[in-house]
Amino acid sequence: MSGELPALRLDYRGQRCPLPIIGLARRIGDVPAGAVLELLADDPAARSDVPAWCDMCGHDYLGEPRPGTFWLRRR
Amino acid sequence: MLSQRPRPDLLGGAAVARPDERRIDAADPDRTRWADARETVWNEPVTKPVAQLPQHAAGSAGTRSPSGPAGTYLDWASTAPLHPVARATLVAALDAGWADPARLYGLGRRARAAFEAAREQVASLIGARADEVSFPASGTAAAHLALLGTAAARQRVGRDVVLSAVEHSCVLAAAGYATRDGGSVHEIEVDRAGRVDLSAFTAALAQPGVALASLQSANHEVGTLQPVDAAGAACAAAGVPLHVDAAQTLGRLDPPARWDLLSASAHKWGGPPGVGVLAVRTGVRWHSPAPEDERGGGRVPGYENLPAVLAAAAALAALEGERRDEAVRLTALVERVRAEVPQHVTGVQMVGDPDPAGRAPHLVTFSCLYVPGEALLAELDRAGVSVSSGSSCTSSALTPSHVLVAMGALSHGNIRVSFGRDSTDADVDRLLAVLPGAVARLRDEQGARGL
Repeated sequence: MSGELPALRLDYRGQRCPLPIIGLARRIGDVPAGAVLELLADDPAARSDVPAWCDMCGHDYLGEPRPGTFWLRRR
Repeated sequence: MLSQRPRPDLLGGAAVARPDERRIDAADPDRTRWADARETVWNEPVTKPVAQLPQHAAGSAGTRSPSGPAGTYLDWASTAPLHPVARATLVAALDAGWADPARLYGLGRRARAAFEAAREQVASLIGARADEVSFPASGTAAAHLALLGTAAARQRVGRDVVLSAVEHSCVLAAAGYATRDGGSVHEIEVDRAGRVDLSAFTAALAQPGVALASLQSANHEVGTLQPVDAAGAACAAAGVPLHVDAAQTLGRLDPPARWDLLSASAHKWGGPPGVGVLAVRTGVRWHSPAPEDERGGGRVPGYENLPAVLAAAAALAALEGERRDEAVRLTALVERVRAEVPQHVTGVQMVGDPDPAGRAPHLVTFSCLYVPGEALLAELDRAGVSVSSGSSCTSSALTPSHVLVAMGALSHGNIRVSFGRDSTDADVDRLLAVLPGAVARLRDEQGARGL
């Protein structure tokens, strides 16, 4: 989150878990390695599942700059 | 068996009559009608619900066979089938132990003696004195009384409660209730294994205004042992009473060494439902949050559930001789699940402490990526495998398990597997036989195959 803009924004607001994580897994390949991806999700599980998924899959979780907005970097 | 009427010779004349039967006598011309009405009231509500249950499922044989009526039961952390010793004691006590233990005639005195012997037995197994122990109707009621009674007695000292972020919901609820008119609940963070940060816990105790602290012996969802002895020492140094929720470990591990208040639940160790354990150390200030009652030692209002208490105590005593070997045996089953599930299913996160020495022996939790936990639970149920889940993807409760969230673990696709005295390697085999197909079907349904 150092002023770098996301290469892709995914909006999964209104979708229940695990759909936002499935969408994330399907679309992560759309950005080049090292690029930042922004995910919007309002399901309460996303707050723990996005970082947990990044950890399991080897991507960098960058944080939640605004509530319901998650940033991660593709490895 | 349950539809049989009580035998008058066991219960004694007047005790047989229920309030709705008192007006019946042989001279009453409406006797037949009364009798019919009584049969409706007395038999149907009793026999019909019982008929819904799998026969023999309550006995130890019911859970043993994967093809048996109870299928493969892997949810012993929720509740255990009745231990055979508890069952035998319960049946005997229902017949012989019905008299009012507060009465001074012989029948009452014998009931009181049996109750006191059971209390003594439980007390010795948890490292307490008999007069420190009472039996609320559930582990939840015991935890509520432990927290609310201590908070009530220590209002002048403070109103705050210190506890771990992964306590059972009944403890969190009691803490919230105890602080509803002022005071705060300090939830101390846990690490990735689910273990409370002891230095943060200790630091919170030193703040002014702390009424009490609470810490579970082991976490109910992931099995992680908490540092209750060290927390007990820190509480003693700070002059703050510690409540230990021992529901997951009593009957499985040594009782915690240091506590001021302890709560547990008999149905989790194979006792009957309806029996909680509340122990309050002598000298710990505690005021009943309910109106004072002459029964229950002034702590638990109401008539003692004597037969169930006797059965619960007998089961706990029986487990004392087998629990060390059982812990070794169940740890091996858990280790198989931890090692073999990731070999059969991709995208699995094992949750909790990887070190067996840091876990309760009987339970293991894992999460499967891209799968709703309740849907996985239902798939396994269709295959005859009973487990529980900390996920809430499809349930009306929108929030995922506070335990998994606090640990930073994956909260969807979560399954908790827990073992008990009837569990064998065949149960693990059955789980491993059905789990990969269930996960694959659900991933297909979610369009998540190959991710």
